[in-house]
Amino acid sequence: MGAILAFAAAGTVAWSGRPMVIPIPWAIPFGSLSFGVDRLSAFFLFPIAMVGGLGAVYAGGYLRRSSGVQAPRFFWFFYSIFFAFLLLVVTARNGLLFLMAWEGRSLASFFLVMVEHREPTVRSAGWTYLIAAHLGTACLLALFILLGDRNPTQDFEGFGVSGREGIRSLLFLLALIGFGVKAGMVPWHVWLPEAHPAAPSPVSAVMSGVMIKTGIYGLLRIMMFLGEPTLWPAWWGWTLVGLGALSGVGGVLLALAQKDLKRLLAYSSVENIGVISLGLGLWLCGVRVGNPAMAALGLWGALLHVWNHAVFKSLLFMSAGAVAHATGTRSLDRLGGLIHGMPFTSLAFFAGSVSLCGLPPFNGFISELLLYGSALAGILQPEGLRRIPVLAVGALGLMGGLALACFATAFGIGFLGQARSEEAAQAHEVSFLIAVPMGVAAVVCLGIGLMSPLAVAFTSFAAFDLMPILPGVIRVGGWEIPALFQRILVANVALCVMLVVLMAARRILLLHRRVEESSTWDCGYAAPTARMQYTASSFIWDILAMARVLRPRVKECRPLGLFPRSARLGTEEQDIFQRLFYNRLWRGIERCSDRLRRLQEGRNQIYVLYLALTVLALLLWKLGFSQ
Amino acid sequence: MTPAFSFVSFGLAITLSPLLLGVIQKTKAFFAGREGAPLMQPYFDFVKLFRKGGVYSRTTSWVFWAGPIANLAAALLSLTFVPLGRIPAPAAFPGDVFMVAYSLSLGRFLMVLAALDTGSAFEGMGASREVRFSLLAEPVFFVSVLTLAVVTQGASLSEIYGTLPRHMVHQGISTIWLAGGAVALVLLVENARIPVDDPTTHLELTMIHEAMVLDHGGIDIGFVQYGAALKLWMFSALVAGAFFPFSSARPFLEVMGGIGGVFAVAVAVGIVESSMARLRLIRVPQLILLAGVLALMALLWAAR
Amino acid sequence: MTGIVDFLIVLLLLTNLRILGSSRIPACISAVALQGVLLAVILVSLSSEPLWGGTAAFALLLLAVKGVVLPWLLRRAMRDASVTREVEPFVDFSTLLLLGGGLMGLSFLIARPLQVSAPPSTEKGLLPSAFFTLLTGLLVIITRRKALTQVLGYLTMENGVYLFGVSQAIREPLLIELGILLDVMAAVFVMGIVLFQINREFDHIDTDRLSVLKE
Repeated sequence: MGAILAFAAAGTVAWSGRPMVIPIPWAIPFGSLSFGVDRLSAFFLFPIAMVGGLGAVYAGGYLRRSSGVQAPRFFWFFYSIFFAFLLLVVTARNGLLFLMAWEGRSLASFFLVMVEHREPTVRSAGWTYLIAAHLGTACLLALFILLGDRNPTQDFEGFGVSGREGIRSLLFLLALIGFGVKAGMVPWHVWLPEAHPAAPSPVSAVMSGVMIKTGIYGLLRIMMFLGEPTLWPAWWGWTLVGLGALSGVGGVLLALAQKDLKRLLAYSSVENIGVISLGLGLWLCGVRVGNPAMAALGLWGALLHVWNHAVFKSLLFMSAGAVAHATGTRSLDRLGGLIHGMPFTSLAFFAGSVSLCGLPPFNGFISELLLYGSALAGILQPEGLRRIPVLAVGALGLMGGLALACFATAFGIGFLGQARSEEAAQAHEVSFLIAVPMGVAAVVCLGIGLMSPLAVAFTSFAAFDLMPILPGVIRVGGWEIPALFQRILVANVALCVMLVVLMAARRILLLHRRVEESSTWDCGYAAPTARMQYTASSFIWDILAMARVLRPRVKECRPLGLFPRSARLGTEEQDIFQRLFYNRLWRGIERCSDRLRRLQEGRNQIYVLYLALTVLALLLWKLGFSQ
Repeated sequence: MTPAFSFVSFGLAITLSPLLLGVIQKTKAFFAGREGAPLMQPYFDFVKLFRKGGVYSRTTSWVFWAGPIANLAAALLSLTFVPLGRIPAPAAFPGDVFMVAYSLSLGRFLMVLAALDTGSAFEGMGASREVRFSLLAEPVFFVSVLTLAVVTQGASLSEIYGTLPRHMVHQGISTIWLAGGAVALVLLVENARIPVDDPTTHLELTMIHEAMVLDHGGIDIGFVQYGAALKLWMFSALVAGAFFPFSSARPFLEVMGGIGGVFAVAVAVGIVESSMARLRLIRVPQLILLAGVLALMALLWAAR
Repeated sequence: MTGIVDFLIVLLLLTNLRILGSSRIPACISAVALQGVLLAVILVSLSSEPLWGGTAAFALLLLAVKGVVLPWLLRRAMRDASVTREVEPFVDFSTLLLLGGGLMGLSFLIARPLQVSAPPSTEKGLLPSAFFTLLTGLLVIITRRKALTQVLGYLTMENGVYLFGVSQAIREPLLIELGILLDVMAAVFVMGIVLFQINREFDHIDTDRLSVLKE
């Protein structure tokens, strides 16, 4: 338990240090290792400190109640390292330090994923994660080598590419792949739904909430070094919007197909990373066509979504963890009726779902509205890239609808209705230590939603280095942004007031009347059972049937004969990217490495020969090219 | 145009929207050769419903009664952004169409949850269909409204609709009508009208919205139906504004024109309902897809 | 005037969607006929001077051939060969509509650079509509199973080609068009006869079964 104190300390350090460093970027040179907090780092520090702190408190409650975690000390050790490296990643002001922190963070989180290593699925998830993380790091290594070409100290201040467009595009691509792997953008997301559910819930919350955001941070940081924004080629923006739309729609479709609550949440993280990169893409497009409103709103929307997602996704993971803890299962088809046994957790999950679907008055709505505003500004411009914003609006609208379907399933099937299993019926509310962080996160969700002008102002401040413009300057349709968000604030408050008034009206109307209880009517069926309810699979079946490639595989055993014995219908879903792309890729690699195995003779002499050849080749390369 | 008229039109929307349901019923009765229920029947129904007590299933929780309330609140909020004819809405800001769509989504989300809260298989089925169709309709709605925004260079719904007649004269009606057609199809989908869903049917296998509220009664179903009426009014106003280029310098005539447009749309819906059969469920996504292609066409045409 | 032409072209685009999305062959035939009529009307409404004799005559001819004769021929072929009314495409209608939407976007995209070379007086929507009609025809030919529907696709394509001619220059290609029109007439006649023959020989006119002949 002493570790909790350490965590609180770490949290408070970050907490108290923050206001000091926000206004002035400062750096302490420390040999070649320098730290520093500028606006962008500070912006990312906020959610890291908050989610990390909440996660620690949550883990305090989570581990105490004899969970599946066998070694709490092991857990705390790596959790603290993980947390420290996370902080280091966003504060590093030096390429080398950044890479070390990046790598250390990956390794620490790998160990955290492997905490419950007795289970084979967890082990395989861990390895997938490790491999993916290292493939990403390889790209980053190349990136920093190229960046640091003329900058031997590798300090961030010295970076800055003035080179040709080809070099900059190469750097952009490397950054996109390297950080995209970590962020979980769609073609590179496969590790994410494996690793996040496998980790203990507090770790999933931190990983999904903030760790993948460091990918976004890294991308933004590198963008700072790539020269004048107006000179960035147009296809960077397209690529980001395209990837964002793909990640968003793909991620949420795959999330919809999941029956495991935590896997569902992990896939929805892919979706939200898609939303964020869509915003970044709109930013780049706006910069390119010289439309400041589109650019600024896109960037702010993306950044604000980083915050929002950090809060609501950690909230959702924490409540999912609480559910898994209380019932011992994460399968939606075995849950249900939890709202009676666990009212607080249900309320927390509800708040998280509403925020995630981007519904007013919660925080997700604000960031999505910013992105829509960006697209609107793009559409209203007389000429230029109007296709991109239209695509963005279409994709965002579709994502919104699908996310709604997805979380209607998660909350409606998982928490409402009748309990589908004995464990779910016996579920009991979580302990205080677990409840507090969930409550805090839920309140923050609503708070950001209701204090949108402030949030937008702060976001624009954080983005100042990337987009030196203030909200008062930007106009959409003749409106200044602060005025616009004040109006939205009024609308949100009006919504809340109306809700309260209607509730009161209902209460008063029902006051002196007969209110009875009975069983669900169900079209007159007299004896409804829990097994007759709609399950998650049946709820989403029709929706998935529209996206044919994603349709789950059906295993069925039809009733046969005059006196059928038993019939069964099961569905199983698989990640389409995994199935169509990665499985083939791995098989190809396996074949290649089989061939390479011949090199491994097992004789020392041969190995020495390899060494010698390598050294010779290096020498030749160095000498041959450096004159 | 004084803001007073905006509030007048809002007040009319709140009071007259149940009448819209009566007009549709009357139209259908006319085509079926029946006398039909009186025009004021929806009002009588509301009075009846709001006087009742309640019966609640033991399976349900607070979500069950919060659904109708959120639905109604969301409908009221969105109504404040929807202009009637050329009269601006009481509230407007750039991009308010997204506010409208998302607050409607909030209502829908809670209604779906309220349906799932009962644990009834029928309501689960209705909820599943509801989210399935509405998730397709939402992007279509966005694209068609954005098309109108491109045509008029307006950013809020009130701006867009306020200048539509002028643009109809300058740029021709084809784009605007195409977009309006797409919104009209969205109206049919969102408001459970006939080619998509039959509001009168009680055949469980085909119904969508009806199935979701099977267990609601008394005040709750009153809230649901009033919310539905407001939503119908809202969409009718949007469709009517795009189809009828009525514009007048005198606010009073504007109000009358706007209301006339809304009721004309209601009559049109009644005619569609009398002349068509409900589509098979698997054809419904095709209908929405068609609306999407129309909206896309309008957009391409506007931006050509 | 542009307003009316606009409206007509949008109607033409809608007929394309109808051809793509309809599940009944008679409906498709009517849509193609309507397209022919629309073409004639567009031609008339585009001519800026008071109706020139040649244009009027050509429009009438167009109306007669595409709006009346060809549909009548097709309906007769349908009756004679006792083709069932269902379209039976290889891919389902939702996909077809989606593809149609995609093709529409594509045709507006490729028409944009070509717009420059066209005479400035022409209507801007003509060129993309021509492309879209052409592509719709192609799509119909590719995705339909029956020979009759393939003829319909061919006709739609031809309408697209014609519209393309209209969009490039309004009056010059009349002669060429006349030639094409005759070609189409001949082609549809031949197809009608072939259809009839195939039907008599094999009792059906599914072209995919013709692939058996390759061995």
